[in-house]
Amino acid sequence: MSSMLHRWRHWIGPPRVDIPLLLALLALVGVGLTVLHSAAAGDMRVVWSQAARTGAGLVALLVLARVPPARLRLWAPWIYLATLALLLLVPVFGTGRSGRHWLYLGAFYIQPAELMKLSVPVMVASFLNERVLPPRWGVLAVCAAIIGVPTALIAMQPDLGTGMLVCASGVFVVFCAGMAWWRIGLLAGLAALAAPLGWTLLKDYHRRRFMTFLDPEADPLGDGWNIIQSKIAVGSGGLWGKGWGEGTQSRLEFLPEHTTDFIFAVLSEDFGFVGVCLVLALYLFIIGRSLWIAANARDTFGRTLGCSLALTLFVYVLVNGGMITGLLPVIGVPMPLISYGGTSAVTLLAGFGIVMSLQAQRRFRR
Amino acid sequence: MRTPGRPMRNPLAEATTQRRRALVAFLLVVALLGVLAARFAWLQVFSYEEFHTRSEANRIKARPIVPARGLIYDRNGRLLADNVPAYRLDAVREDVGDLDGMVARLREVITLSDEGAEAFVAASRARRSFQPVTVKLRLSEAEVARFAVNRHRFPGVDVVPYLNRRYPYGDLFAHVIGYVGRIDASDLEREDAARYNGATHIGKAGIERTYESRLHGQIGVEQVEVNAEGRLLRVVGREPAHAGQDLYLTIDAQLQQAVVDAFEGQPGAAVVLDPRNGEVLALASLPSYDPNPFVSGIGRQAYAALLNNPSRPLFNRVLQGGYEPGSTIKPFIALAGLDLGLRTPRDTTFSSGAFRLPGHEREYRDWRRGGHGHVNLNEAMAQSVNTYFFQLAVDLGIERLSRYMARFGFGEPTGIDLQGEASGVLPSPEWKRAARNQPWFPGETVIAGIGQGFWVVTPLQLAQGTAMLANGGVRVKPHLLRASQRSFDAPQELEPLPKPGKSVVSNPAHLAAVAESMVAVLHGPTGTARGVMSQFDLGYRIAGKTGTAQRITRRTEASLDVNQLPFDQRHNALFIAFAPVEAPRVAVMVVLEHGGSGSSVAAPVALRIIDAWLRKNPP
Repeated sequence: MSSMLHRWRHWIGPPRVDIPLLLALLALVGVGLTVLHSAAAGDMRVVWSQAARTGAGLVALLVLARVPPARLRLWAPWIYLATLALLLLVPVFGTGRSGRHWLYLGAFYIQPAELMKLSVPVMVASFLNERVLPPRWGVLAVCAAIIGVPTALIAMQPDLGTGMLVCASGVFVVFCAGMAWWRIGLLAGLAALAAPLGWTLLKDYHRRRFMTFLDPEADPLGDGWNIIQSKIAVGSGGLWGKGWGEGTQSRLEFLPEHTTDFIFAVLSEDFGFVGVCLVLALYLFIIGRSLWIAANARDTFGRTLGCSLALTLFVYVLVNGGMITGLLPVIGVPMPLISYGGTSAVTLLAGFGIVMSLQAQRRFRR
Repeated sequence: MRTPGRPMRNPLAEATTQRRRALVAFLLVVALLGVLAARFAWLQVFSYEEFHTRSEANRIKARPIVPARGLIYDRNGRLLADNVPAYRLDAVREDVGDLDGMVARLREVITLSDEGAEAFVAASRARRSFQPVTVKLRLSEAEVARFAVNRHRFPGVDVVPYLNRRYPYGDLFAHVIGYVGRIDASDLEREDAARYNGATHIGKAGIERTYESRLHGQIGVEQVEVNAEGRLLRVVGREPAHAGQDLYLTIDAQLQQAVVDAFEGQPGAAVVLDPRNGEVLALASLPSYDPNPFVSGIGRQAYAALLNNPSRPLFNRVLQGGYEPGSTIKPFIALAGLDLGLRTPRDTTFSSGAFRLPGHEREYRDWRRGGHGHVNLNEAMAQSVNTYFFQLAVDLGIERLSRYMARFGFGEPTGIDLQGEASGVLPSPEWKRAARNQPWFPGETVIAGIGQGFWVVTPLQLAQGTAMLANGGVRVKPHLLRASQRSFDAPQELEPLPKPGKSVVSNPAHLAAVAESMVAVLHGPTGTARGVMSQFDLGYRIAGKTGTAQRITRRTEASLDVNQLPFDQRHNALFIAFAPVEAPRVAVMVVLEHGGSGSSVAAPVALRIIDAWLRKNPP
């Protein structure tokens, strides 16, 4: 009886959140909804549906912030296996317009690939927590299997962008656990040698995107259109921007997918270089703060997991920012907490819930 | 103690390494975000002038060009579905401003129903504010003229030319060709949305739906120059659209007309097949409906009227109608008896007028009181002697009977290239267990022998079975598409036919015997349908079988004249036939709902159809 009461108190006490991190996240969400209003040409239904999604993410954040990291660590194998099972169901029962990505669970749709962005780093961190570090080849091979199986399944859906992020989230854990530099160098060298093989495995449209990235002007009304229009949107924003909702590139529909993957181009057009820098600074603060919390966590599990979650956010920002400015090829990765749609907003916020649980634990056990 | 090769854990060192790694990661993040910021600075600050100019000059937009939909012809090149130029009214919400006020003013100029206006306002709110939404399809010439005069009152509203689908034969082919309708959300789930950029219509039923991807074609792109408000200035380049393929059906429009005429307005269904290859020469479900109103959006009232019509014009009887086959199943049962070695054509069965299972009280009756005496296969078929088939079904047993009938495709869809085909019911103990969770009773085997009890067939299944009786027992899939043409000057490409399978009958002589017994139905001195032959002067022989599916059970001794019953209590009249018997070129299945007896009502219809086809197509 008393243990029941104890449990209740554990779940309903005052929120255990890191206030600076939460404020920064809320600011970012606010920026996202503001830009979405402009990108969606004032369609409030789009804005409200994104707000609802963010709300769900915040609830997930508050709940996960209360889960003690030790418990998460013990649950890790089960969480991982359950997510993997859902992922295996996708090819059989999944739905989606361009390939099977979504799973219908009676009342709502989920994207198991998104959940993997949390399950994989949690699993790898939990596994490494029990091993001798820095990891040797045997341990690394197990990590490779934990990361590789879901990555391959997601890449075959086909969803290369998400597969890449899932892979990165696991690799970051291994990196932060202290994998020796010479091993990293050796593997990187081997990967470079294997790259031509990977090229043959890519889908045609990925190869085309890559070639277009190298020379967008060659095909200005086909694949190169997105890159050119996006660069024009960004560049014409200038230092101060054209003003909220005034961006002609988005308004006249020159810019493709301007509520989802290319929304940051709308922000760049509306608010200019100053707006871009403020948002990038916000991202830098969130990443830095998360890394700081992670570095001060109690054990390998907390440190590596926290770092991985922070760095995954960074990959989103880098890949999406690189894409809209023509630095990187067009890969379907959203700008975190700003792009419309997907379940990525929910999983990202849930990830920061985990980061906050590390912070809470540190404070209480000190 | 430290074992070589198995290092001890050192939590402190691990923590130090990991903190250092976090720092490395942070420095990396700072550096790469710096690169990203530098890139933004390059684009937005140093190259601002260039991109500002390009943005100002950015006036070329890509616009989809909707391809012309493929035409549909009959086997002789008669046009069954074509496209006619028409005008529609499109409105862009953000340019209109006050939608309701605009609609109110618009209704002074063009006729717009309440539901049409509601649908437009709803659709317009659902789309993005700068996307055009259709207000009304198929404007009349007077409406186009009146709108042109008043155009200044309607900013954001435009008359747009487009191609409208038309079905010149009206209701004659509705159940074959189907129709196209306005694209809705569920269509875009099914088809690739990108291919329908700018398109307004999509195949909703029939051939239009089955071959949607071939009829639709490939959208083109037009590069147009727009001004700062996004208004079109001129066309600067285009990649043309590719029209959809033209389709040539197996249907013969004249025969189809002859089929409908033969029904003289009675409800029912008919299928005419070429037994040699499964081509559907005619397919009619009556009454039918006019598909043309569906193209521009049928009104709620008109649609409700069609739905609530008691003779169900929207219902495709050929594909979905479930009928008790009655005596039309007898040729197949007889064939099972010969083919499985239980009977020879000369074997006789004694008909006393009432058949009883040993140890059972219940009597199963012949249609003639007092019975038909000793009858062999020919007499049993010609006079439709129930007792012959009762006894044969009992001798076969339900398992064997059911398995043999399955060879002819009963109980499963034929696989015709139209959607929504029903499976019917092939009675068997397994089916009854699965569908009703009840055991099989011996009496049910008895009536299965005369096509009663649980039997349910679609007209198409029965036509397929008849074609198999005619072609030596080879299963041919009924199909409607004969050829296609990529463009008007390209050659017609015949659709590949699936390789013909092997005959399901072990000995062709058995089929010949059954065919001969079916000839006796029409040409024999005692045949049930001999009476109708007097109306025809054929010059060839027809094999056929009548069927009268019961709607009321015959409990009383009083013999009922089915043609005297009230209309809705009359039986379904069925007739299957193929001709000429020596080298069949046509197989027909006819059912008349509430039509009285098969011999008096259905047989003349079938004979008129066969005659119309064979007279026009001498061998």
